[in-house]
Amino acid sequence: MTCTTMELTERLLSRPSGAVARTDLAGHVAIHGALSLPKRDDRSWSDGVLRAVAESGLLGRGGAGFPSAIKWDAARRGARRPLLVVNAMEGEPASAKDRVLLSYSPHLVLDGADVAAAVIGASEVVICVADDSGPTAASVDAAIAERTRAGRSRRRFSVARPPGRYVSGEESALVAWLNTRQALPTMRIDKSVALTVGRRPTLVHNAETLSHVALIARHGAAWFRQAGTFEAPGTTLVTVTGAVRSPGVVEVALGTPVADILVRAGADAQLSGVLMGGYGGAWLDPAHLATPYAPAPLAAVGATQGVGIIVALPTGSCGIAETARIARYMAGESAGQCGPCVFGLPAIADDLELLWAGRADADLLPRIHHRADTVEGRGACRHPDGVVRLVRSAMALFADDVRAHAAGRPCPGHAAPSVMPFPATPAIRRSGS
Amino acid sequence: MSARQRVAIRVRVDPIACDAYGYCAELLPERVTLDEWGYPIVDGTPVPAELVELATRAATDCPRRAVLLERVVVGR
Repeated sequence: MTCTTMELTERLLSRPSGAVARTDLAGHVAIHGALSLPKRDDRSWSDGVLRAVAESGLLGRGGAGFPSAIKWDAARRGARRPLLVVNAMEGEPASAKDRVLLSYSPHLVLDGADVAAAVIGASEVVICVADDSGPTAASVDAAIAERTRAGRSRRRFSVARPPGRYVSGEESALVAWLNTRQALPTMRIDKSVALTVGRRPTLVHNAETLSHVALIARHGAAWFRQAGTFEAPGTTLVTVTGAVRSPGVVEVALGTPVADILVRAGADAQLSGVLMGGYGGAWLDPAHLATPYAPAPLAAVGATQGVGIIVALPTGSCGIAETARIARYMAGESAGQCGPCVFGLPAIADDLELLWAGRADADLLPRIHHRADTVEGRGACRHPDGVVRLVRSAMALFADDVRAHAAGRPCPGHAAPSVMPFPATPAIRRSGS
Repeated sequence: MSARQRVAIRVRVDPIACDAYGYCAELLPERVTLDEWGYPIVDGTPVPAELVELATRAATDCPRRAVLLERVVVGR
């Protein structure tokens, strides 16, 4: 996917005016100021940063929206020195934010990782970038080298390149890859038990989350809260594509109406739907475009922030066709471990394709709903749950089209080309059973 | 845990380990049914005392050791 960054009032994406190139260490310090870290373990400094991050109300930007400070507090209470993993896998095909961040402002992410590592006492940081993400890893490698030359590295930083598959970025899959070189989600009976690489407790943070940490460490919680809402403070990166004139990554204050984000990207005035969150997200009814872009208001209208994806569906497109394509793609991206996902997702994709083609049998509509109910919550990870949410939202938003398709009369847009980006999908790599 | 509470067990399945042998649904239909592909759909409510022995068998007889019994504290 080709993406450009748009010029806006920005924190993470700020750069010298007119500059479109990567910001090196000198440029980074010129924009954001130098980051001062204690030379050795300093409990009062760590406590102060932890308090600032807690007061900032920063929520993780990797999809789950979990408060960052709580993760840190748990990590630093362990007996062993933890490992910090920066998750920039960005397996959602319609997302570009983490790649943009690491390609243009890698030092912001590395600063945040340095701060988090210092607070939790981690001796090592691993930045995970998908093996198919082009020049992103080179940008990070160069940034690590710049920091080493400048004498700024007090701990080991390295880049790892797990396979660029949808589920590779799921945190248990990422940790599994670091342990066994197989990026497969694991069954976690108690999710409060820390993941481990070797015997080290491992903290996984999204790349964007850490870039906010870099700025909170400099400017404090009150500054962070100058943007956003009380419950969802700060700014966030959003990848906007589809029926827009300027597709790309924008930085917006949380709470900005979805409509305003679409206007900034030059969206069509009329849309038939808006995909929110990602391929495991939900369709938003264009009647709800005034909804503030933040977790709770979006949840109230059945949508989600997810990993910051907005795809505008043009009026000439068919929501059933797009949903069928996404369901088929997601079925192919299953890690292949859990029966309900392995069999359920292709079955749901089959049903959607029959509906799309106007070849539905009499039981098809209740069957789709029944299969969605059956699959939900029965995988080791949330991969099937995302598909279920998307499919249910499609059946609701495109109800008129669903009726027409089910009656054998596909809507006029059913043959329109897809506005969704899909990577070329290699065969599932799986060993074992 | 107060006097009004007690420890019970509930059934869980490790979906990665499960290979749809289906013994659990035969042994404990009160808590386990099978989906259209033969994989267990588990009712996670506490298992009453009279079914604990069957639940234990479901766990020990599973060829994939995918049936897990989880202790939970429940109120009376």
